[in-house]
Amino acid sequence: MSGPPGVTFETLKKDIRLEWRSKDAINSMLFFALLVVVVFSFSFDPNAEESRLIAGGLVWVAFLFAAVVALNQTWARELRNQVLDAYRVSPAPANSLFLAKAIGNFIFVTVLEALMVPLFVVFYKLRVLGPAWQLVPVAVLGTWAIVVNGTFFAAMSLRTRSREIMLPLLLFPITIPALISTVEATTTILVGDPTTSAKFWIVLLATYDVMFTIACLALFETVLHAE
Amino acid sequence: MNNPQAAQPQADAIIIVTNLVKQFGRFAALRGVSASFAPARLYGILGDNGAGKTTMLRMLAGLVTPTRGTVTILGSSDPRKICREFGYMAHPSLLYDEMSGMENLRYFAHLYGLREDKRCAEIIVSVGLDPELARPVGQYSQGMRQRMSLARALLNDPKILLLDEPFSNVDIRSAREMVKLLGHMRDGGKTIFVVTHQASLLDGTANEFIWMDAGQILNRTPDLKFMETA
Amino acid sequence: MRKAFPILGVLTAILLSYALYLAMLVAPREQTMGDVQRIFYYHVPSAWTAFLLFFINFIGSIQYLVRRNPVSDKVANWTIITLAVLCCIGGVVVAVVPDLKAALPEGTEPSAIGTTGVIIAIAYFVIRKYFNIDAVDALAVTTAEVGVVFCTVVLVTGPLWARPVWGIWWTWDVRLTSTLVLWLIYVSYLILRRFSSSGQTPVMAAALAVFGALDVPLVYFSIWIFRTQHPQPVIGGGGSIDPRMLHVLLMNWLAFLCFAYLVCWSRYRLEIIKREVEEAQALESLLEPRSAPR
Repeated sequence: MSGPPGVTFETLKKDIRLEWRSKDAINSMLFFALLVVVVFSFSFDPNAEESRLIAGGLVWVAFLFAAVVALNQTWARELRNQVLDAYRVSPAPANSLFLAKAIGNFIFVTVLEALMVPLFVVFYKLRVLGPAWQLVPVAVLGTWAIVVNGTFFAAMSLRTRSREIMLPLLLFPITIPALISTVEATTTILVGDPTTSAKFWIVLLATYDVMFTIACLALFETVLHAE
Repeated sequence: MNNPQAAQPQADAIIIVTNLVKQFGRFAALRGVSASFAPARLYGILGDNGAGKTTMLRMLAGLVTPTRGTVTILGSSDPRKICREFGYMAHPSLLYDEMSGMENLRYFAHLYGLREDKRCAEIIVSVGLDPELARPVGQYSQGMRQRMSLARALLNDPKILLLDEPFSNVDIRSAREMVKLLGHMRDGGKTIFVVTHQASLLDGTANEFIWMDAGQILNRTPDLKFMETA
Repeated sequence: MRKAFPILGVLTAILLSYALYLAMLVAPREQTMGDVQRIFYYHVPSAWTAFLLFFINFIGSIQYLVRRNPVSDKVANWTIITLAVLCCIGGVVVAVVPDLKAALPEGTEPSAIGTTGVIIAIAYFVIRKYFNIDAVDALAVTTAEVGVVFCTVVLVTGPLWARPVWGIWWTWDVRLTSTLVLWLIYVSYLILRRFSSSGQTPVMAAALAVFGALDVPLVYFSIWIFRTQHPQPVIGGGGSIDPRMLHVLLMNWLAFLCFAYLVCWSRYRLEIIKREVEEAQALESLLEPRSAPR
């Protein structure tokens, strides 16, 4: 594979290899995800019907917090030993780096979600009453929405003081429409009311994803090289 | 305060900087630097901390954009357009601690579109290290790490090398070997810039020493005698 | 301009007083809500002023990003012109095709589409002509700060109005929620500006402003769909408005705009002077060496 897609693929491979080798990072992230679910479960103790109404919100807020911790980590690796400079002086395109990081983050956050969802189902005795297959596009589109903007703002936060707090500060307002869409879509599917449909929300999510992926790709090079 | 030699750019100049100014808020790291540099030379850039040496090197590498002034390298005014022609090395290793030397170089070679392992192995050998070594770079000694970092900078066979404090914390033997290697490369036609506090290491190998202070070039001399009289 | 400032200040004070008088005493008493409704004359003009300021910030941010490179600058210019032309054509098409005309929101004329496009283009090129690239960034900071102030007024007056009339402090009303998100985005914008190091601040802030601008319509739509599924009370009323009330509303808006202009002008001057001082300080010892004798 040559050219920009090749660079993306190689960078992604390298990131996965590095992540695998420093297993402490993955382990602590997985444990953090578990803790988040447990803490939420202690805070709310609904019956089965109530839980279907609030689970959508809880799950996605939990994902958002877990994602923020993961996102902060992945760029931190590029700062050690100033490795990012080596990328910047090379002819490799900035967007290849962005896509590699975004896809890597997407995989990482999906793994976290795959751990958290069964726990939520167990603790909240969840049962899906609507078309369960629709949860897949919601999960994919919703995760990408958080990850694509998260990767971009995490890169921006690298150049600021209080790096760890800047990421959620910048990310949360921008992801509000995506959060509304995912929560509403998930709740609609869980409750399974035949008069409502999650289709509007899925379309809105897709629109959000397309718009912001384009915006990130258009502006990432500028942000990477700003100095 | 600039050396009269720099007033007219040399005919065969490979790098020309004109009135470079770099301002970080209230602090001016570079205050109007103008100079030209000829090809196939080894330049030592010397000066106290805060003199602007690192800023100037990073500006040549395209990592920092000037507040005012221009940098012309090989005829192009945007260093990023001709990034294949130079290699950059700094005091941090610019390598991934968890991967071995060969794995690091293989990755960076991909960024330049080079896919042969053979080239990576050759370069590692040329800096005096073992390509088979599976030990992660994080466990190298400082001398080995700097040499591997130099190998990374050499991957694309650049015409220009920009090295920022390459000998810091390196044992004398490795440092001297690196200088010898740099001399060979200069003889082979590369233009090399070395920012260092250990000027004595370059004595005898460097073609010219550039003395910087307070964001400007004080003087350019062929040897280290300036240091004794200043 | 310096001489004009006190004169404008006095004029604005007079205008604001007159607008207050109109709002409190002259405007007719609203049927259902009573005198509480008069807060409307502060809530709505603040919102319009805030949106206008944020819009100027958006234009400034785009300009800062595209004007650094002559190619992107030209592309942006032609894009704006094309958009304005398309809006005019769109306005004509909507006016001519009856189905489309019926689909417009109540009270909107088809010509508004064309006018909006043209006004946006004019604003873009006027700003481009009178502000060079650094000044455009100073303009962005100014409008963001003053905009946040006006936006805060909207978010405070909204609940203050809602509580006596509907008995609740907050509702997921489309406009109020979009305003809240806009406020959040611009507060994070100001925090980013404060926390980033000076060389990169304008670029990163401009990128964030562009993201924010893309976000707001999506927020609007998502709340709109949300409300069709979970009906909520509407704050701010919709539909037509009594012409006497409209007159008072517009007078208040004019007064607010003059006030906003004065504040922005002061802040902008302050920002420009601050940058000049920084530059002078940075280069001052070009004439004197700063190193101690060795």
